[in-house]
Amino acid sequence: MTSETLIATIYVFILAAFLGYQVISRVPPLLHTPLMSATNAISGISLVGSLVTAGAHQTTVSAILGFVAVVCSTTNVVGGFVITDRMLKMFKRKTTPTTKKNKV
Amino acid sequence: MKTYFVEFSYLLASILFVLGLRGMSNPETARRGMHLAEFGMAAAVVGTLLQKEIVSYEWIIAGLLLGSTIGLAMGVWVPMTAMPQRTALSHAFGALAASLVGVSEYYLHGANLGEFRICAVGFEVLLGSLTTTGSLIAFSKLQGLVPGTPLIYKGQNIFNLSLLAVTIACFLLFLFNPGTALLFYLMLGLAFIFGVLLVMPIGAADMPVVISLLNSYAGLASAATGFAISNNVLIIAGTLDGGSGFILSLVMCRAMNRSITNVLFGAFGSVQESRTESTGGTMREVHSEDVAVQLAYARQVVFVPGYGMATAQAQHALRELATALEDRGVTVKYAIHPVAGRMPGHMNVLLAEANVPYSQLYELDQINPEFPSTDVAVVVGANDVVNPDARDNPNSPIAGMPIVEVDKARSVVVLKRGRGKGFSGLENPLFYKQNCEMLYGDAKDSIVQLAGAVRNA
Repeated sequence: MTSETLIATIYVFILAAFLGYQVISRVPPLLHTPLMSATNAISGISLVGSLVTAGAHQTTVSAILGFVAVVCSTTNVVGGFVITDRMLKMFKRKTTPTTKKNKV
Repeated sequence: MKTYFVEFSYLLASILFVLGLRGMSNPETARRGMHLAEFGMAAAVVGTLLQKEIVSYEWIIAGLLLGSTIGLAMGVWVPMTAMPQRTALSHAFGALAASLVGVSEYYLHGANLGEFRICAVGFEVLLGSLTTTGSLIAFSKLQGLVPGTPLIYKGQNIFNLSLLAVTIACFLLFLFNPGTALLFYLMLGLAFIFGVLLVMPIGAADMPVVISLLNSYAGLASAATGFAISNNVLIIAGTLDGGSGFILSLVMCRAMNRSITNVLFGAFGSVQESRTESTGGTMREVHSEDVAVQLAYARQVVFVPGYGMATAQAQHALRELATALEDRGVTVKYAIHPVAGRMPGHMNVLLAEANVPYSQLYELDQINPEFPSTDVAVVVGANDVVNPDARDNPNSPIAGMPIVEVDKARSVVVLKRGRGKGFSGLENPLFYKQNCEMLYGDAKDSIVQLAGAVRNA
């Protein structure tokens, strides 16, 4: 890795940290649980690293390590997004008609 | 040409991730935002599969299928009350994946990785491994597989800190001797052990901080993976995750008026047991019929849920009670303390599940001024977050922690399983106050009875 690419990589890291702070500090406490499961799903992007490890097939050991990594990250991506959506679906501003039925 | 396509898919994914998280600033836009992020993820995966390094697909397809099955099963069937343990488990998975990619990189290339990537791989494996075992312990504590009480012994902090020092020494030595595989694997093993020892002494009530911190570590491990394999989208997504976990840890610490070091090395809740003195006075027990009458003729009722509501699965019953009260014209509000429950936002999700509109959920600084004009405050399975000692007694272990000031309401009803102390082992003077009454029993049963009695009142 040359020093130019290193510097570019560090730029990306610092800008991402800054951007992350700006975006995430705006999330209300109401949504902190979905936020955590969402960022979890998103960081399941390490799947792309795992895919290369599993698919490059340089040795059996690396393929197996890659396979386990793919399973772990896919679980996070799929599970994370499904649960986040399940949670977000529940947040409603007003009471829905279904519960109003209980009124006498 | 292909390389440009792959890089483009990563750039697209990064942008969509940021937009997705931005949507989270409002419940109205959050779902749409997540759909964008999902699309970004799909783009990045497709882009990766086209890379020329990938020569065989059988491991990949098997892994994707197995992972999707497990993920989907967990996603659909995990109940909302189990969200803290699921989150802890997913931190473990994420960190393990990062750690394994790092091990594989080192296994394949060894010292040929070059200084910078060796450093990234070392960091990735160190952080990934300790987060994996730490999260698994957090999971076991939350799931009840190991006791939630802090596990402490004499000289624990010194032992843990020395272990950490040795692990870091291995890491540094490894940086200067990247060819010595022994150092690498020793560091890996020590990091696994340190993760266990780090979380074992932490009590269940401190889990919101620990989960957030592990979230941050898992994210940073992913970001380090990005450095190790020179992949920008990994750096960006990992940093977003790490940053989010860090911000949440700070929010949780502020809500408990403690520092992160204090949470990690304080072994909270065990030290004070010897010095809790009884405040004197008696707790007054009431029957649900009396409480129901109070509630039915109140003008404003505030519910304060805590972890006890989650364990009793009482959120739906609570919602029924609230509906019964609203039908009689009572104003119902919910006060949510940031560290109520076992993870950030835990109570909000449970109440949302029970169809409570989020416009009825209030944060501390919104609800506290309202207590003097509140007729009845009902505490459902919360303890420390309503402990007036935090405000009044500078010697209390939780002194300075912001609380829900239920003691300022005209009357307080505390729903509690038994007479025992809460998870922290602290005496709560609220229970002895003139305006406070205790309703013992399972929270769900009590609330169901109350709802029935209110309807008949």
